[in-house]
Amino acid sequence: MEHYLNLAVTSIFVENMALAFFLGMCSFIAVSKRVSTALGLGLAVIFVLSVTVPMNYLVLNYALKPGALAWVHPSLASYDLSFLGFLTFIGTIAAMTQVVEMTLDRFMPKLYAALGIFLPLIAVNCAILGASLWMMERNYDLAESAVFGFGSGVGWALAIVALAGIRERLRYSNPPEGLRGLGLTFILVGLMAIGFMAFAGVQL
Amino acid sequence: MSKTRDALMDPLFNTNPIALQVLGICSALAITTKMSTALVMSGAVVFVLLFSNLFISMLRNQIPTSIRIIVQLTIIASLVIVVDQVLKAYAFGLSKQLSVFVGLIITNCIIMGRAEAYAMQNPPGISMIDGLGNGLGYAVILAATAVLRELFGSGSLFGVQLLSLASEGGWYTPNGLMLLSPGAFFIIGFFIWALRTWKPEQVEQD
Repeated sequence: MEHYLNLAVTSIFVENMALAFFLGMCSFIAVSKRVSTALGLGLAVIFVLSVTVPMNYLVLNYALKPGALAWVHPSLASYDLSFLGFLTFIGTIAAMTQVVEMTLDRFMPKLYAALGIFLPLIAVNCAILGASLWMMERNYDLAESAVFGFGSGVGWALAIVALAGIRERLRYSNPPEGLRGLGLTFILVGLMAIGFMAFAGVQL
Repeated sequence: MSKTRDALMDPLFNTNPIALQVLGICSALAITTKMSTALVMSGAVVFVLLFSNLFISMLRNQIPTSIRIIVQLTIIASLVIVVDQVLKAYAFGLSKQLSVFVGLIITNCIIMGRAEAYAMQNPPGISMIDGLGNGLGYAVILAATAVLRELFGSGSLFGVQLLSLASEGGWYTPNGLMLLSPGAFFIIGFFIWALRTWKPEQVEQD
């Protein structure tokens, strides 16, 4: 139990997807102008990440790894399809976002309306693919990948909501012309990254 | 002829994918601690962008609009698999250092963005030039960031020690912040500031 809690804390704070690994930066910068939209996107990312990382774990271990196909037929045990990893991962992610979108539309129309346009955008968010690739790189097992997916989603959402909160306040400031918008946002994110570095070394 | 030149030269400074269009920032920050990784990454992105724009533009009249994203993703993912396999075969050390970021070229927004905004509407030749131009615009920012981060962060360029480090009896104390993530954010932020001071028409009014 402690191990999973530790993994969750690490993925939320210490190895924050957005601030330590720069993943999902495009939408992180583009959609952080208002807190409400940032919160919507953050929730959608948590949701999709918690579903796709374990999903891709199953795909990797039961279809792609060397010898993974042995359960279909023993003669397939010599196949190694791991080079197809990128293609299948992005396929799974695109399909899952579609499924999530349809399910929400059918059963939770309120949440669906709130997330709206962000759901399809998530398919091309690097944080989602990045988490699956880290999962492959670090050899997590099924439970670990579920915790890792959820944790990195929460970390990303936390970072984008915090950034949006600061940017809403920025409207009252008067920065130099060339720094307005994008430039200032980058410097802000840099300062936030320094803040999150304070979590480094936190262990349970 | 001038349209070709515009497609190639505009993305370098006027409509730079990173500084103005806010595309493809993830990898721009993560792999710029060293010149060697930054250049390999730029090469990979230029290659993928060039060919994805070419192929998507060739297929633009056949792709049904409702499933165009997944078709584009498939083309891009196949190109990235090629790059990844080549890197693993000929530059294994570098490919280990780049780790997941080669795979993340798939979701690099520059590539999807250009496919969607340019290649779907324009003929193959000019789309390829546009891909090249945007790839180079990305490479310019990457190279500039990597020069600063490697020189001031570890006192070297391409792994060759230029400033003698204090820890080895020299005079330069490396600035560790440059190698960490906040350093990258600051450098890009200041780049954007400099670029917008030089070209005031890019300033955002809000």
